[in-house]
Amino acid sequence: MRILSLVLVNLLRHRLRAFIGVAGISFGVAAMLTILAIVTGAIGMFERILSTDSHYLVFERNVSDLFFSSVTSDQVASIRERPEVEEAHPMLFGIVAVGDHPMVTCFGIEATDPRLATGEWLAGDRAMFGVRDDTLYLGSRAAEFLAVQAGDEIEVGRGTFRVGGVFKNENGFEDGGVFMPLSMAQDFFQRETASSVVAVKLREESTGPTFKAAVEMDHPGIIALENREFSQSYNSFKILNFTAWAVGICAFCLGGLGVANTMLMSVFSRIREIAVLRVCGFSNRQVTMMIFGEASMIALAGVLVGFGIGFGVLAVMEHTPQFQGYVQASITGSVMVGIVITALFTAVAGAIYPAIYASKVQPAEALRYE
Amino acid sequence: MSDRGEIIVRAKQVTKSYDDGRITVLHGVSLEVRAGEVVGLWGASGSGKSTLLHLLGGLDLPDAGTMEVCGLDPTREVDRIELRRHQLGYIFQMHNLIPDLTVEENVRVPALAIGTPRAETAKRVRELADKVDIRHRLHHRIQDLSGGERQRTAICRALMNGPRLLLADEPTGSLDEKTGNTVFALLKEMAEQNNIAILLATHERRFAEQCSRVLRVRDGQLSEI
Ligand SMILES: Nc1ncnc2c1ncn2[C@@H]1O[C@H](COP(=O)(O)OP(=O)(O)O)[C@@H](O)[C@H]1O
Ligand SMILES: [Mg+2]
Repeated sequence: MRILSLVLVNLLRHRLRAFIGVAGISFGVAAMLTILAIVTGAIGMFERILSTDSHYLVFERNVSDLFFSSVTSDQVASIRERPEVEEAHPMLFGIVAVGDHPMVTCFGIEATDPRLATGEWLAGDRAMFGVRDDTLYLGSRAAEFLAVQAGDEIEVGRGTFRVGGVFKNENGFEDGGVFMPLSMAQDFFQRETASSVVAVKLREESTGPTFKAAVEMDHPGIIALENREFSQSYNSFKILNFTAWAVGICAFCLGGLGVANTMLMSVFSRIREIAVLRVCGFSNRQVTMMIFGEASMIALAGVLVGFGIGFGVLAVMEHTPQFQGYVQASITGSVMVGIVITALFTAVAGAIYPAIYASKVQPAEALRYE
Repeated sequence: MSDRGEIIVRAKQVTKSYDDGRITVLHGVSLEVRAGEVVGLWGASGSGKSTLLHLLGGLDLPDAGTMEVCGLDPTREVDRIELRRHQLGYIFQMHNLIPDLTVEENVRVPALAIGTPRAETAKRVRELADKVDIRHRLHHRIQDLSGGERQRTAICRALMNGPRLLLADEPTGSLDEKTGNTVFALLKEMAEQNNIAILLATHERRFAEQCSRVLRVRDGQLSEI
């Protein structure tokens, strides 16, 4: 299309106006990219807490969030007795206030939990875990932001506890958490014998369906899901994901309005010029194509700039100590394609009215006032 | 290229009024223009010259009457596009060039509309620019040109796609006397060289007198003088 050359010239003629349109789209792109990266990163991290060395997750049926799920110690014992099961590790989640920090994730685990073995112990003795019930342990990032060391005393909720050790954990969530022996956590949160989830490792992965059916038959109140199944069906992940897209699309709508505004201004200020194009032989379709071309060009530039800003922000966040481990720029190809399509779509949608307006310009009217 | 004497414009009983018939500008006007003729439309300001040119150029629709321009009907959308693209060039008093674009880019606009290959367009632009002596200004923006240069650019643009008819609406109206004379002479020369018919609206008697034929526009009627 030769009209493209005119499109480019037109945008360059009104640089500031084009720049505003580009900025609108690029903020939308950057916002969507950042939010999606953070959310998918966080979801991935949470998935990894749950799936550490396990095949199945067992938790309460129909629960809206794992924090409310409850699997009793009897149920845990009966799961452990099943022939398919090699290991089962119950875990209780809770949120505690530590010093000035109102929300710290607390993990109640047993002394045999694999994460104690796989963590890199910076201070304290892992063999002592669970021996004394006034002692808790910290992830290395938690120790850092709480500014405490092994042997210090800390206020957790209404109690005072001794820090028995600090260990470094690959997972950002866990590394920022407080670890207690399971029974101590059950007392602390007054959850009797409950745990939130049980991570189950099978002897043979192929016995999964048998295991699942048996557990659900024996205990109608609980459900066993394969790790993959779990992440697809877990409500909180769905809500997070939905929120991310919703916020991203809102950001885009603003960007689209920016383009609509830019294009309207551009059409209004060029009515006479558009009439001249018509007189020079441009068809309605060509005029319309020109306007859409300008909008698409703005969107493309916006996408490029937006990816630049978005990846820049993510890179900075990944290297900021406060976010360490929390932000993981996990951008999939389909997310990128989704963003590009959304950007083009909003820009083109924003140009519809301006394009219609431009195609309705009456040359005689527009040229009469000399 | 038209044959000498071929009828390029034929209008019969064309009527046009505005404001729901309260102002009738043209009362059953008829005219014929032949290939290569330079026909002056001479009349006071407000007499309806622009209105007639708009109708013939398909920029507006008549209330009654029939028109045939280069064998096409300017009231039909398909014909109108063909007319504007290949048969007809329009020149306005206020040049109506696109600001911020260079002379060359402005002259190329009609070629963009029909998708002429770039190289061919570039050659044509240079030819035309040489003829109207604007070649040295090709890469200057419209804002930087004098009135005469702008009008010469507008002439190039009107000639870009090789039209058979030029509709010129007060083409010298915004120019000083000397420049106006030059532009008028140039138009006439172009018409003669390329056998293009010109219908030229003017309120200035001195230009009307230099046309091959003059039609007086008064009280919504045309009369040959
Ligand atoms: N769109 C319009 N609406 C109402 N009146 C118009 C319109 N266009 C032209 N006129 C009127 O028609 C008359 C002729 O105008 P015009 O053709 O521009 O005259 P000229 O070109 O001879 O100066 C004028 O009185 C003008 O006010
Ligand atoms: Mg006029």
